[in-house]
Amino acid sequence: MKVLVAVKRVIDYNVKIRVKPDNSDVDLTNVKMAMNPFCEIAVEEAVRLKERGVASEVVAVTVGPKAAQEQLRTALALGADRAIHVETDEKVESLAVAKLLQKVVDEEQPQLVILGKQAIDTDNNQTGQMLAALTGLPQGTFASEVKVEGDKLRVTREIDGGLQTVELSLPAIVTTDLRLNEPRYAKLPDIMKAKKKPLATKTPAELGVEVASKVTLLKVEPPAERQGGIKVGSVDELVDKLKNEAKVIS
Amino acid sequence: MSILVLAEHHDGQLSPATAHVVAAAQQIGGDIDVLVAGENVAAVAEAATKLDGITRVRVADNAVYAHQLAEPLGALLAALADDYSHVLAPASTTGKNVLPRLAALKGVSQLSDVIGVESVDTFRRPIYAGNAIATVQSADPLKVITVRTSAFEAVAEGNSAPIEAVDTVVDNALSAFVGEELAQSERPELGAARVVISGGRGMGSGENFQLLEGIADKLGAAIGASRAAVDAGFVPNDMQVGQTGKIVAPELYIAVGISGAIQHLAGMKDSKVIVAINKDEEAPIFQVADYGLVADLFEALPELEQKL
Ligand SMILES: Cc1cc2nc3c(=O)[nH]c(=O)nc-3n(C[C@H](O)[C@H](O)[C@H](O)COP(=O)(O)OP(=O)(O)OC[C@H]3O[C@@H](n4cnc5c(N)ncnc54)[C@H](O)[C@@H]3O)c2cc1C
Ligand SMILES: Cc1cc2nc3c(=O)[nH]c(=O)nc-3n(C[C@H](O)[C@H](O)[C@H](O)COP(=O)(O)OP(=O)(O)OC[C@H]3O[C@@H](n4cnc5c(N)ncnc54)[C@H](O)[C@@H]3O)c2cc1C
Repeated sequence: MKVLVAVKRVIDYNVKIRVKPDNSDVDLTNVKMAMNPFCEIAVEEAVRLKERGVASEVVAVTVGPKAAQEQLRTALALGADRAIHVETDEKVESLAVAKLLQKVVDEEQPQLVILGKQAIDTDNNQTGQMLAALTGLPQGTFASEVKVEGDKLRVTREIDGGLQTVELSLPAIVTTDLRLNEPRYAKLPDIMKAKKKPLATKTPAELGVEVASKVTLLKVEPPAERQGGIKVGSVDELVDKLKNEAKVIS
Repeated sequence: MSILVLAEHHDGQLSPATAHVVAAAQQIGGDIDVLVAGENVAAVAEAATKLDGITRVRVADNAVYAHQLAEPLGALLAALADDYSHVLAPASTTGKNVLPRLAALKGVSQLSDVIGVESVDTFRRPIYAGNAIATVQSADPLKVITVRTSAFEAVAEGNSAPIEAVDTVVDNALSAFVGEELAQSERPELGAARVVISGGRGMGSGENFQLLEGIADKLGAAIGASRAAVDAGFVPNDMQVGQTGKIVAPELYIAVGISGAIQHLAGMKDSKVIVAINKDEEAPIFQVADYGLVADLFEALPELEQKL
């Protein structure tokens, strides 16, 4: 079966972001960008399905600026067979990303689409669910285990109270949680090989999708700064402070 | 304005999260309906009628809604949504699973994890693991919103709103429930506890989490964990606090053997008072802690339990 994986270019998770002085947005000039960690897990899962002979082809797709091709090359180095770049410099929000991915799904007809559960920049946690709705397919979100069983997919999901297992008809949409797998690192020869793998480029206009959103970003502010407190010298002092100064225990 | 709040419930009990979402709905203003969808949910509906500020409780009680799978629940919400200007749910794994599906079915955007209501169409939400707060305005005819419950005080329970049955029944051939492994705990829910004590990689093992239990018993606390502690297999995933786990804002948060990575801080830095116990005095957790104790946890925890 064919597996489609959606990957997103985001700020590297180690970078502490800063808000622009005019509060228009966060400042992303010269910050290190990388593949969204949940998308790395998505790629890894797809590649493992291929290594196990379950998947026949892994196609990576991204929506983003020219530079997002770096993340597609990373996906190719990790084992994807080919890549599709939907190129746009617009800020494309989840619904528009899902509409674009829907067109790619229409063209590619994958049996399985794997996405990250959330992008660590906008923390939306929406795109996979929206894609499932638009394509009329079932969704296995926050997956910590995925098993193909005949024409069904068994997904174990991380939910608030523990774990839930659901069975989905195929084709299906899966979004990854952190414990689904531990992604590998790309090896140098694979990075070289990835440069030669096919990468197709499309535009939202070619796909017939209007990316404009009805949501406007009015401003972005830093969160209220927490004042660092004091160090206490002993457990006794800690208990005393909690009782008599903070008054949070009695 | 008319607002539909999707009730959160488990095992026949209305979850406290719902009262927080109703509070957010009150700040938007207008008639507030609560939707209880599930199988055998009469008791949940009854509990929901008490929530202050609501107009009525609508109940969709049918086997197809059991376990609140996203496919049927999304279709139900889409069938009801035309009567409403806003649909709200807690930013729980249920809310996050189904609301984007509803939004896409209706062709509108969804606003995730809202922490503030500025007006009927303008909301505040954290981005970048809470390191920035965005104010966003939606011109969509239907606003679909998940609410960070720790950001809104729960409404009281003095109401007796009427119950109305919803007879919309949808088909679901897409997904089926197979099973569930739920953590059994006598302790308060992480998201609702007044005190939370969390352990990190520094705890060293799952057994050592018992050092936290005695303290949790004395303080009536919930127990949480860092991702490193969950990944190491010390404790189950539902205990994870952070950007990709639970977001908590208790009166007192005690972090033990946790370094203070931004992804962990994203889940607890709105706590009223933070205590950190760590043997490394340079650990970043001390930058957000009101009270820091540089100590070996294996000595500090037994002493703390004894002195409480
Ligand atoms: C520099 C920059 C600035 C931006 N500023 C804003 C802004 O100010 N306001 C705003 O509303 N939006 C902005 N966006 C767009 C926004 O970051 C997201 O692309 C959009 O909101 C999609 O939601 P999400 O990434 O949070 O999706 P989520 O639902 O959190 O993502 C889940 C998964 O969906 C998939 N996915 C998401 N996006 C893509 C993609 N582009 N290509 C392929 N797969 C994808 C991935 O598998 C991902 O793991 C900006 C984007 C960029 C690049
Ligand atoms: C996409 C993404 C999402 C993530 N989401 C989350 C999330 O939701 N929640 C989360 O927590 N993390 C999350 N993380 C992981 C995060 O980056 C950190 O790796 C993690 O929080 C570290 O956990 P820790 O503090 O327990 O471990 P460490 O960083 O290893 O810290 C252990 C601490 O214990 C102390 N210690 C050791 N022994 C003792 C002792 N005997 N007495 C006292 N102190 C001791 C050490 O000094 C150290 O400070 C995420 C990461 C990524 C990439």
